[in-house]
Amino acid sequence: MKATIYITLKNGVLDPQGKAIENALGQLGFDGVNSVRQGKLIEMDLADTDASAAESRLQEMCEKLLANTVIENFDIRLSDTE
Amino acid sequence: MRAAVIVFPGSNCDRDVAVCLEAAGTKPDMVWHGETSLPACDLIVLPGGFSYGDYLRCGSMAANSPVMREVVARAHAGTAVLGICNGFQVLTECGLLPGVLMRNRDLNFVCRNTRLNVTRTDTPFTHLYEADEEIIIPVAHNEGNYFADDDTLVRLQGENQIVFTYASGDNPNGASLDIAGITDPTGRVLGMMPHPERRAEKALGGADGRRMFDGVMEMLS
Repeated sequence: MKATIYITLKNGVLDPQGKAIENALGQLGFDGVNSVRQGKLIEMDLADTDASAAESRLQEMCEKLLANTVIENFDIRLSDTE
Repeated sequence: MRAAVIVFPGSNCDRDVAVCLEAAGTKPDMVWHGETSLPACDLIVLPGGFSYGDYLRCGSMAANSPVMREVVARAHAGTAVLGICNGFQVLTECGLLPGVLMRNRDLNFVCRNTRLNVTRTDTPFTHLYEADEEIIIPVAHNEGNYFADDDTLVRLQGENQIVFTYASGDNPNGASLDIAGITDPTGRVLGMMPHPERRAEKALGGADGRRMFDGVMEMLS
């Protein structure tokens, strides 16, 4: 089973890197980029076969290590390994 | 007083802190992060550096290393803990201190002297400073921008947990409330971004950091 975890900054948390990317895009002539937020993407290959068990383990992984919930949100997506 | 300095892979201020502790009168035990027990000690220091290469988030890997379970247990039992720079990041990641150290506002690594106000002097670490004294201590970090939600900031102020602030106009990283260092509610767990061990003798340009180590020595002996 494949897991994809998106870790993003919470609303209201300043993201200077996103801001720098936004400014750089503007300087390159890409108009109309209203805002940019930068985050992390973590991919995992899991031995689990039961999706709900996998999801609850991933939830725990995110809370214990992968995300800092003071400033970050996480979103877990599961798919079958092809 | 007996002290232990935790050494993580990537720590680089562990020996500097050891030199300061020795100058203050105690030779610390250097404890590798993979240990699961700690020697008897009155002070635990989490030194500066780049533990685990700052992978994932600064301090996040170190906060989950084997020795930290024991550090957290000792802290809860009343042992004094000092986290400097990366050590401060580890203290927030392991939950002994609230908030988080984010990327510096201007996206630059900042390495320079900063003027600090000592805003609390009734801790083992700061009792040799004068109230509201301005001291000069260097910072050297990329992630020192202290952030916490509004409720936490109000609580830190209300409980008098802010120990060091950057002096007016000298905030190097965008930290909320100009916070440079905070304690837990007991005053015995201190995390700070500036490096007192880097300005602890005259040959280093000044000795403002020295009183922190002398103070801990005096109070915990």
